[in-house]
Amino acid sequence: MSILVYTENWDGKFKKLSFELVSYAAAIAKEMDSSVTALSVGEVADDELNKLANYGASKVLKLEDNRFGSLDNKALSKAIAAAANKEGAKVVVFAHDNLGKALAPRVSVKLDAGLVSGATALPSSFDPFVIKKKVFTGKAFANVQINADIKVVTLSQNSFELAETAGTATIEAFDAAADDADFNTVVNETNKITGKVLLNDAEIVVSGGRGMKSGDNWGGLEELADLLGAGMACSRPVSDEGWRSHTEHVGQTGKIIAPNLYFAFGISGAIQHLGGVSSSKVIVAINKDPEAPIFEAADYGIVGDVFKVLPQLIDAVKAM
Amino acid sequence: MKILVLISNVPDTTTKVRFTGDNTSFDDAGVQWIINPWDELALTRAMELKEAGGVDKITVANVGEKTTEPTLRKALAVGADDAIRVDVPARDAYFVARQLAEVAKDYDLILAGIEASDYNGNAVGGMLAEMLDFNSVSAVSGISIDGDKFTVNREIDGGSQLLSITGPLVAIVQKGIAKEPRIPAMRGIMMARKKPLNVVAAVDAHEKTSYVNYELPAPKAACKMVDEENAKELITLLHEEAKVL
Ligand SMILES: Cc1cc2nc3c(=O)[nH]c(=O)nc-3n(C[C@H](O)[C@H](O)[C@H](O)COP(=O)(O)OP(=O)(O)OC[C@H]3O[C@@H](n4cnc5c(N)ncnc54)[C@H](O)[C@@H]3O)c2cc1C
Ligand SMILES: Nc1ncnc2c1ncn2[C@@H]1O[C@H](COP(=O)(O)O)[C@@H](O)[C@H]1O
Repeated sequence: MSILVYTENWDGKFKKLSFELVSYAAAIAKEMDSSVTALSVGEVADDELNKLANYGASKVLKLEDNRFGSLDNKALSKAIAAAANKEGAKVVVFAHDNLGKALAPRVSVKLDAGLVSGATALPSSFDPFVIKKKVFTGKAFANVQINADIKVVTLSQNSFELAETAGTATIEAFDAAADDADFNTVVNETNKITGKVLLNDAEIVVSGGRGMKSGDNWGGLEELADLLGAGMACSRPVSDEGWRSHTEHVGQTGKIIAPNLYFAFGISGAIQHLGGVSSSKVIVAINKDPEAPIFEAADYGIVGDVFKVLPQLIDAVKAM
Repeated sequence: MKILVLISNVPDTTTKVRFTGDNTSFDDAGVQWIINPWDELALTRAMELKEAGGVDKITVANVGEKTTEPTLRKALAVGADDAIRVDVPARDAYFVARQLAEVAKDYDLILAGIEASDYNGNAVGGMLAEMLDFNSVSAVSGISIDGDKFTVNREIDGGSQLLSITGPLVAIVQKGIAKEPRIPAMRGIMMARKKPLNVVAAVDAHEKTSYVNYELPAPKAACKMVDEENAKELITLLHEEAKVL
């Protein structure tokens, strides 16, 4: 019996997210008297795989078949389910990111398991298995009980602290014996966002709304983001107007993020906007309207003109 | 080519969320119901594909009680050709997908939303694809028909991709799939009344999860205000008090 965690890599490297997942799986394994097996798909060097041991994986299965590079959902789900069966996994953990969301439902059906997606904490009880997740786009939480022998969980970002341990893992090659007929996805083009802090990974996010007046006024926000190593975001009208790229749109119909610190410049705080950012640990609002609803969601605020406030903030950060 | 669009019936996005019965059930008193925003965009894209030619029929399907029919009628008014309602209250994603698997077999393309805005399951589309043994692509931000294949844009973690994939396909859609949702025109509303809405009996299935209870987020402490003239103080507070810088 084991806890299986699917650890995605980015060009052969893991991210903090991967270690968060392994730490989470290790905490579950401890409660269930079990151990953690990580599954890695693609070419990852052994010393990178070994890093997973520092967070509690005692075994790493590496699947190096490069046909999986197309992320074919059907083929990949089949391989993950095969790994889960081989390991006798009682719990299978995924990240609640694009790939995790794509695979977890398919894997859960294959394993006849129960699925909870977007978990925000460790299970509050193991028998019955009850776990908390966000519902109503962040407006509430639900405690969900899984009534199946095998449990599949996708973990929301930034919901679990990294926990380092001194450990070693055995690395084992895994052959999923996949059939060519399983692969039906052909990738014609990949566009990677490079040189920027990815919004979903960012610990700090600097965001602008219609209060910024025009797409030409983003220099100050970019400077602040650069200084803080922050990701950039915007409200929906900003991306609709083409002031900023659609990839930066956050909210109910955009990305849902949960950084440690979210700066909202000239954003009114409409409920659909808050749906995407309300799980941030600290929200800071700068808005000239003291009645703006963003102040109800914010932890710190300045009533004032963004164009006066922003240069002061930049100076203060430079002086830190 | 036949397209099936899955329609989830959800509370309007501005609904104030409350619970009853010791926080064990969602309080739907006075709630306005809408088509889940992603499903509305999926339907819009299905309409565009039909207008471009090569699509014979668009069906919409919902698993739910009779109370969801106005939502299905709205989908018909937007332009779907017919509707299916599996007559049973939706329990969990697995249960819903089992019901849909019975009515979805004969479609070439199934469009599902990435998540329903009520329980945020992120599940039904993928589960259905697995049950039907169909191909699936998630985080789809664009789709077109290319002969017997589909050309699909999908978001990956850290970028986007252009794919080609064979059907039958479940496309799980998100932002970008269509620009603005279509609003039913008067003529559409009139026509919708005559379009078939087929009520189908549920099959025997067991849910795999149950909702024990709900919690509202702890009320936020009042926002700490910093004076505009002294904005630098904010950075000090974030550094020393909140410890996030
Ligand atoms: C179904 C649906 C889904 C939606 N999804 C999303 C979503 O995902 N994300 C999203 O963001 N929105 C979404 N919206 C739109 C949302 O309702 C709001 O319209 C939008 O968030 C407002 O954006 P904003 O705050 O940038 O603009 P506004 O509401 O126009 O606010 C601008 C703010 O800037 C302030 N301001 C102006 N000038 C200055 C200045 N010089 N200095 C300081 N402050 C200034 C104003 O006081 C105001 O509060 C959705 C709407 C619907 C109906
Ligand atoms: N009761 C339902 N009837 C039909 N389709 C549904 C139902 N619930 C969810 N769906 C579809 O599945 C998508 C994802 O929902 P969920 O997995 O519940 O978050 C929705 O956007 C719909 O397309």
